[in-house]
Amino acid sequence: MDELIIKNGFVYDPLNNINGEQLDIFIKNGKIVSEVGADATVIDAKNKIIMPGGIDGHSHIAGAKVSMGRLLRPEDIRRGVRAKTKITRSESGVSVPTTFSIGYRYARMGYTTVFEPAMPPLKARHTHEELADTPIVDKGAFPLLGSNWMVFHYLKQQEIEKCAAFVAWMLNATKGFAIKLVNPAGLESWNWGGNIRDIDTPVEFWDVTPREVITGLAKVNELLGLPHSIHVHFNNIGRPGNFKTTIESFDACRENKNPGVERNQVIHGTHIQFNGYGGDSWKSFASGGLEIADWVNKNDHVTLDVGQVVFSNTTTMTADGPLEYYLHTLNHLKWTNGDVEIETSSGVVPLIYKRKNPVSAIQWTIGLELLLGIEDPWKVMLSTDHPNGGPFTRYPEIIAWLMSQEYRNDTLKSAHKRAGKRSGLATLDREYSLFEIAIVTRATQAKALGINYMKGHLGVGADADVAIYDLDKESKDPKEIMKAFSNTLYTIKGGEVVAKNGEIVSTPMGRTLYLNVKVDPSLENTMLKEFSDIFRRNYSVNMANYPVQPIPSYLPLPKEIKLDATHVA
Amino acid sequence: MTTKNLINYENSHNHINSSKIKNANEAIKMKELSLKPLSQPNVMLEAEIITPDNFSGKSVDEIKQLKVWKGNKEVPLSDFFQVEGETTNSPEETRIVIEGSIPKTKRVGEGMTSGEIVIKGNAGMHTGALMRGGSIFVEGDVGAWSGAEIRGGKLHIKGNADNYLGAVYRGEWRGMRGGKIIVEGNAGGEVGEWMRDGVIHVKRDVGSFVGVHMHGGKIIVHGNADERVGAEMTGGQIIILGKANEILPSFRFDEEIPSIEVEGETYEGPFLKFVGDLAEAGKIKGEILVLKKNNSHLIKLFLF
Repeated sequence: MDELIIKNGFVYDPLNNINGEQLDIFIKNGKIVSEVGADATVIDAKNKIIMPGGIDGHSHIAGAKVSMGRLLRPEDIRRGVRAKTKITRSESGVSVPTTFSIGYRYARMGYTTVFEPAMPPLKARHTHEELADTPIVDKGAFPLLGSNWMVFHYLKQQEIEKCAAFVAWMLNATKGFAIKLVNPAGLESWNWGGNIRDIDTPVEFWDVTPREVITGLAKVNELLGLPHSIHVHFNNIGRPGNFKTTIESFDACRENKNPGVERNQVIHGTHIQFNGYGGDSWKSFASGGLEIADWVNKNDHVTLDVGQVVFSNTTTMTADGPLEYYLHTLNHLKWTNGDVEIETSSGVVPLIYKRKNPVSAIQWTIGLELLLGIEDPWKVMLSTDHPNGGPFTRYPEIIAWLMSQEYRNDTLKSAHKRAGKRSGLATLDREYSLFEIAIVTRATQAKALGINYMKGHLGVGADADVAIYDLDKESKDPKEIMKAFSNTLYTIKGGEVVAKNGEIVSTPMGRTLYLNVKVDPSLENTMLKEFSDIFRRNYSVNMANYPVQPIPSYLPLPKEIKLDATHVA
Repeated sequence: MTTKNLINYENSHNHINSSKIKNANEAIKMKELSLKPLSQPNVMLEAEIITPDNFSGKSVDEIKQLKVWKGNKEVPLSDFFQVEGETTNSPEETRIVIEGSIPKTKRVGEGMTSGEIVIKGNAGMHTGALMRGGSIFVEGDVGAWSGAEIRGGKLHIKGNADNYLGAVYRGEWRGMRGGKIIVEGNAGGEVGEWMRDGVIHVKRDVGSFVGVHMHGGKIIVHGNADERVGAEMTGGQIIILGKANEILPSFRFDEEIPSIEVEGETYEGPFLKFVGDLAEAGKIKGEILVLKKNNSHLIKLFLF
């Protein structure tokens, strides 16, 4: 593999506390090294900005519901068409693009690692097949375990070790990376046509509350010492007044952190914009973003991603089936519901966020309030919850809103007047620096996901994932910022130049990150016995449908992260 | 809705585009560019490049070199058309005349915003789809999806139109949003699917599902209509001057109307007015108006 030197650029590497210093970066064998040979290829990055490759901690890019979205929205696939080149396949789709388009578009923006946050365990193979078809970026997926019967069973029996053994087995079988909870216990309720709107209502039959599921799985997570914390999509999402549920859920989860992990949080709240609503009806709908930001400023055991809304024609898709049905009753657009052996649900509905729509405009302010109101950028990740708040290709616009108060205010003025009245966005005069942008687009993700030893920084030994942007480091011009962050000058993935001036120049296969958690074998056997017994009685398929075999069509380039949790017995 | 209201409704939906273009054409001298079909390809030709917008500001030689897709290969336009005539810098002054039938050339005039296209023969699929302005005149027949999702301008077809005239592409729920389509012959199924605004005239018969999912605008069928007129419509008007094969049971008979006026033209009745489709959710304002004298079979079903 070629050796590379990136010379004279201004480096923004928050994990190593490098803030715009002029440094040379050396790359060899796909890693950052301290020196290379004399005949290394030189990339002159004078007056350019260098950051580690971007990491998206929450983006729906593969799996059952993404495919369902593509089927539901052929009209979306008509948009965003780009002809094939000698190297790339043709691209199409905006909110539900093809797998290949996803890989290319992330690479063009300087992102090199993406996590699919909602993998139904029984659809793990499907998810990995799609991820295998997503070129360039490294990726991982989080299995959905928040409404799983085995989890309920063990939590109810208070057998936390067995629950941990079950979770470990599930992560190993599905080649998952972290524990995902969607509307904990609420999805079980959806199987009966209901929903759970607050964290203390028990689910029918099981008599388990969302609070018990969140704290129980957080305990399991820390017991196993997983790199990421639990990744939670809270109850009561998408309803006015739900910011209280968010704070309650965050507050409920104060488990002790496993001392073996570097991250600070024990719970990650995802797309909090959708869970940051004030008011008590759609008429009195208001932002609850600053209330959440205030709370987060006072508490250190949480991280969150924002799920920022951008004005666009997009597709909402989530494992939260009842939410999608509710959305359909609001906007009357087409709706589809998915079910996977009632382990988890899903739904898809198109949605258009319009500037002049009061609800869309207020939603738009909430994500920005979170990003600007939370003082410590190490607690917050930039995301649109692609494609729920808008396609990920609109991240540059969000970066421009964060870096320029003027641009933010211009957008606020062009939006419905209620956005200004019912949010505190106009009072926030903070402007992000490039260093802070690097934190919320890369470093927070790397740290919170527990992959900061290999990703999200440019220190020696890190993966050589680098983004070089053509931007004056003092620039506050939103147009320049958007242009620079839309297309990198160079994107380097694993030591290879993959994009240059917005064109894909090579399409290597990305790696799949997944955990291999080892628990005590006798505990695992006991758990498996009970699991297979319950499974056989309640499921219509065979248990052998879970495991993702380590074969190239599922895992073309596996990157196994081994964890020893044999102390769990 | 009373007759008076109907007229008001009509006035408020006057089609600015077509009147504007008419006036503009009178004022400016059009420059004519002729495209003589040499042969039609064995596979479909994707020729969305043929619009006044794309041709204006280019020389004849440049136009000859414009690329069209023939199957999976790009070929110059001159492989299939002999290009002659004058060009201009403004699309409004450009008239493109295609001197013959081009049944295997798709998407002529797609997305055009102004100017004029005349096709002296039959045209292929998607003719004038996604138009925003200008006009297209076809002397022969057109293929399916002609005038799909148009937003403005005028598409006039002397012959017959295939299925999905002025319809919507798969998945989209916002169909024709303005402009005018006139077909002097017959049209196929699903005319004006998901239509929101504008006017479609079909001078002879239409197939089944005319105005399916319609939300607004007007469809006037001067001949007969096949089954399931206006299924799942929630707004707009379908006027049938011939015989409507059936009116769905999810429509309700509203009233008898003596005459109606559309775009300044009065159609003498009496008409039977049906409102529906009541199987849909929300406010239902869709109207089907059928000429009473040709539809005595409906009187029996709905009135007694």
